[in-house]
Amino acid sequence: MGKQNEIIKAESKNFDFHYADGTHALKNINLPLYEKKITALIGPSGCGKSTFLRSFNRMHDLYPGNKYDGEIILHPDNTNILHTKVDPIEVRMRISMVFQKPNPFPKSIYENVAYGLRVRGENNKRLLDEKVEEALKGASLWNEVKDRLQDLAYNLSGGQQQRLCIARALATDPEIMLFDEPTSALDPIATVNIEELMSELKKKLTILIVTHNMQQAARISDYTAYMYLGEMIEFDETDTIFTKPSKRETEDYITGKFG
Amino acid sequence: MAQKKIISPGLKKNIRRNFLERLIELSLMLSGLAAVLITFGIVYILVTESLPFFDAVSLKEFLTSTVWTPLFERKNYGILPLVSGTITITGIALLVAIPLGTITAVYLSEFATHKVREIVKPILELLVGVPTVVFGYFALLLVTPLLQKIYPDLPTFNMLGPGIVMGIMIVPYIASVAEDAMRAVPMAMREGSYAMGATRFQTAVTVVMPAALSGIIAAYILAVSRGIGETMIVAIAAGQQPNFTFNPVESAATITAYIVSVALGDLEHGGIGYQSIFAAGMVLFLMTLSLNILGQWTRKKFTERY
Repeated sequence: MGKQNEIIKAESKNFDFHYADGTHALKNINLPLYEKKITALIGPSGCGKSTFLRSFNRMHDLYPGNKYDGEIILHPDNTNILHTKVDPIEVRMRISMVFQKPNPFPKSIYENVAYGLRVRGENNKRLLDEKVEEALKGASLWNEVKDRLQDLAYNLSGGQQQRLCIARALATDPEIMLFDEPTSALDPIATVNIEELMSELKKKLTILIVTHNMQQAARISDYTAYMYLGEMIEFDETDTIFTKPSKRETEDYITGKFG
Repeated sequence: MAQKKIISPGLKKNIRRNFLERLIELSLMLSGLAAVLITFGIVYILVTESLPFFDAVSLKEFLTSTVWTPLFERKNYGILPLVSGTITITGIALLVAIPLGTITAVYLSEFATHKVREIVKPILELLVGVPTVVFGYFALLLVTPLLQKIYPDLPTFNMLGPGIVMGIMIVPYIASVAEDAMRAVPMAMREGSYAMGATRFQTAVTVVMPAALSGIIAAYILAVSRGIGETMIVAIAAGQQPNFTFNPVESAATITAYIVSVALGDLEHGGIGYQSIFAAGMVLFLMTLSLNILGQWTRKKFTERY
């Protein structure tokens, strides 16, 4: 399997999640994220994959009444990031997120990328310039925007906006990046760009992606987890999941008999 | 040409339905037209009634003289004292209302829990329903005496007290409109900011407020219009002497206060005093009109694009 040789960057242990309305959205999820690998979460709509992804940077804290149980351990700190004494803001600084729909801020391209550094109180112009350029290059957007960094971010195309959001997330040097169906609002060419970008990004950081697109999971991920009705049905190397899954439900979903 | 049965009976135009449809369309258009006609009617009256006034008084005197005494023996027709009173009181009101209203809006939209908002917002909007006469006496009998404790030389009729009270009156307008604008900012944008490690306050100030800017500016402009047009508070508590000053501790009259005081007196129809209220009304109309145009323009310029 080779799994034993990998370093675990983060892992969920006996993780349960309840929404404020009482919905038991996730049940006993155990999943490792291997360092500098892409892990894909697949499954039919409503299976809890986005809910799970959003637990990694404590997004559920924004809405009162949501409840986490169990642990999500971040390494090398070996700390449960769900612990009440852990500051969600510190977690979000190390685990960044890219959303389903591009959501640039009503600011210039430059200020969008600099945002994460600015909220940390960084105002050194030279350092910001450097970081913005680095992040935009990392998101392969630099060549397209370098002459118009002060333009409003809304003037970019959808695919460019999503790469801008990736650059924004990159600028703060996160260790893990969460992608919540990052290409579902994009055309095929922009999708290919983002996929190539992710393969490039995993040289530096760990990626967890939710996708509805099974081909996408097969193309870009190293590991795949199949979820159904809030439970983790199967987790393995992507090749194994797509060629010889051990569970019947996984096979049905992969082959399109269901879902 | 004798193709008689070219349309099958089942597909023929339904005359009754079409007629009803036209009738509804017409009545909708008429009610829309009524508002437009009334507006034009007001403008027409303002213009025709103030024209004779400008026959008697030169535009130069009207716009540059600093004394306004159309009802006195020695008549002077300078609108400036009324304009200065209007601007000063509205200015004081805005100094109170803009910070308070904006902070209230930010709190309600970004910080308050659902429950708190459900309770606070209706109460706040209740303030809109308080008759302005009440606010006027509130200024005269409560706020001004309080201010006199701090500043004993303050006359009973002054611009500071009614200005502050007018500000309090305007707070719910700003808070309500600005809060609606901020709440319309998609949650995805806030989540984007939180996901970058921003705090609630950073998100509110650096992401939500810029995104809702056009709505917030619209709220401010609505507030200015409301302040300029406000009559009762000023008529009651600011004194009714036209006074060319921007000093808030002096008494003064505003355009609206002048109009109401004159309109309540027994003036002969068609005299110059009578016509002067139309000239003053014209100035008021032009002030609010230019504000509305400014509002439209800023709305276009800063339209949100999520």
